[in-house]
Amino acid sequence: MSKRFLSGNEAFAEGIRLAKPDVISAYPITPQTIVVERLSEMVEDKSLGAEFIHVESEHSALSCAIGASAAGARAFTATSSQGLLYMAECLYYASGGRFPIVMMNADRSTALPWNIYGDQRDSLSQLDSGWIQVYAENAQEALDLALMSYRIAEDSRVSTPVMVNLDGFVLTHTYETVEIPEQAQADRFLPPYETENRIDFDNPKNMAFSAGPDTNYIFKYKAHEGMLAAKQVIAEAESDFAEIFGRSYSGLLERYRTEDADYILVTLGSIAGLCRETADRLRAEGIKAGVVRLRYIRPFPHAEIADALKHAKAFAVLEKDISFGSEGTVFTNVNSALQRAGLSVRGSNYIGGLGGRNISAGDIAQIFRDLQGDPPHVNFIGIGGDGNG
Amino acid sequence: MANPTAAQISREEFFYGHKACAGCGGSLAVRAALKVLGPQAVSVLPAGCMSAVGFNFPQLCFSNNSIISTFAGTASMLTGVEAGLRAKGYKDFTAVGFAGDGGTADIGIQALSGAIDRNDNIIYICYDNEAYMNTGIQKSGLTPFGARTTTTPAGANIHGNIRPKKNMFEIAAAHDIPYAATASIGYLPDFIRKVEKASQIKGTKYIHVIAPCPTGWGIAPDETVESAKEVVDCGLWYLAEYENGSYTLNRKPKQFTDVAAYLKKQGRFKHLDDADIETIIQSRDKKWQFIEKTFQLP
Repeated sequence: MSKRFLSGNEAFAEGIRLAKPDVISAYPITPQTIVVERLSEMVEDKSLGAEFIHVESEHSALSCAIGASAAGARAFTATSSQGLLYMAECLYYASGGRFPIVMMNADRSTALPWNIYGDQRDSLSQLDSGWIQVYAENAQEALDLALMSYRIAEDSRVSTPVMVNLDGFVLTHTYETVEIPEQAQADRFLPPYETENRIDFDNPKNMAFSAGPDTNYIFKYKAHEGMLAAKQVIAEAESDFAEIFGRSYSGLLERYRTEDADYILVTLGSIAGLCRETADRLRAEGIKAGVVRLRYIRPFPHAEIADALKHAKAFAVLEKDISFGSEGTVFTNVNSALQRAGLSVRGSNYIGGLGGRNISAGDIAQIFRDLQGDPPHVNFIGIGGDGNG
Repeated sequence: MANPTAAQISREEFFYGHKACAGCGGSLAVRAALKVLGPQAVSVLPAGCMSAVGFNFPQLCFSNNSIISTFAGTASMLTGVEAGLRAKGYKDFTAVGFAGDGGTADIGIQALSGAIDRNDNIIYICYDNEAYMNTGIQKSGLTPFGARTTTTPAGANIHGNIRPKKNMFEIAAAHDIPYAATASIGYLPDFIRKVEKASQIKGTKYIHVIAPCPTGWGIAPDETVESAKEVVDCGLWYLAEYENGSYTLNRKPKQFTDVAAYLKKQGRFKHLDDADIETIIQSRDKKWQFIEKTFQLP
């Protein structure tokens, strides 16, 4: 094991090197580009023995990765924002074909207006595409997820692609000290990809076929089942990960001082650290604050989120997303979890960080203070309530 | 004497039991090409006629490894399949794409250009039936001038499609591709020879084969092959190759057969008037002036 000072992008690239993909299809887009730059250097210096393919678009990037996966190869690509939207057709194709591709997405604002800075409207718009979605908080977690996501995606109970999301610039471009595992450890954790869902010259296959109304829904149900099975597989992978690498993760979500909390802020991604610090500060003032960081959004941790919020007086969801005319998508999902559990906890949605706008410690503290009163359902940080109840 | 190609070609079938229309030219092109490439061929087919007729679970009609790509993704999926198989240690295989005219010249041209640019070791075969036939005969970039389709109606004001075919053969060649060829299922031995030749060349190969569609062209199912011959004989299509930086014409009709006769047999051209036909003839003659100046002649 060695320690290096790396950006989120670079740490992720190191994780991919350890995962030893066979094929990397790459197309540049800010702020993802550095991942594929680093991987191209690793291929050049032979520290990574992958086929590195310069494709001509994001659509081709994922289409190529699907072809490679159909050949039984471990495939990787990365994208962001408009690139993710441009390849959207292929997202559904990869998950429907049960191709366990891993893709890094640098979370970035979507046009219009154009903006290269971070928010989560790109990936959250693709929740229904059938990909497992996980959000990293820091560079170490990004590296670890690069390895872990192949283990989860390729498990035959899951066979579902994984999108690992890193907040654009805030995480992709900031540096921290990262532990880089040994290759032998990575090999112990992640076995070579074995599958029957591949081209086979002894037993030729017709793949990615059509299925009519009489069978189509069965394939869709099986994809749903595979995604749900990921919950167990994630738990197993994290347990093995802790044993081999000595670092542990907390499953689909991470709780911070929620046990006795009156007011809980639910969020995702790199803002979580500031939320925890703010919670500590407010506790010193006598406000019992807690934080839930959602790590996985698909599969969604219904039971876990309900358990975390069940004793709270109120909660807020802070997200870098808005579904125009409704509310933030994460808020919708959290409310669904509470409804399933038969819980009625007062909740409000805080939309912030759109187009890279800073969310300050003061903004977060204000959310906790608001929760002591009766804030509107949907609040835009810096603007106020949306006037819709 | 028996046709030497017919005697040599494999009796093995790789594409059968499908539900293509009677007289389908595209299915004939796929069938013949796979006989040449054999069981180590991995076919990639986008959304389009051949995937629609051959890939309906549980009735799957390829006996070689085959996969449907996205509509725009024939070439990019071929790239991935080729790279993936090579990465897994396979050496003896051919990644071959079969895409229609719309899948090639319109929505798939970006990915095709990228694959040729990278010189990926693939064969890309465009079976050109000159419109989006699978969805009910809509104009594509390879629909010829004057053709009536469901999106280029022939009426008093507009006589069908107002634009000529995009020149995919020369577009592919302009990438300095190792091998490109035009062909017609009406000249099957020529097509087969070109597929065979392509299979022995490393890098990207592009073959553009005219494959009439009785349903879309308004001809009888037993006129497919004849129409595919006539389009070459009257000079509206030509058989050629591009290799080592130069063009070669494979067949030079001594005298063109009657263009009007070729057109008037087909429902899609029935409405053309004398001026339209004269426009088509002039465009043909201009093309052949270019061919005779630029191509090596047989």
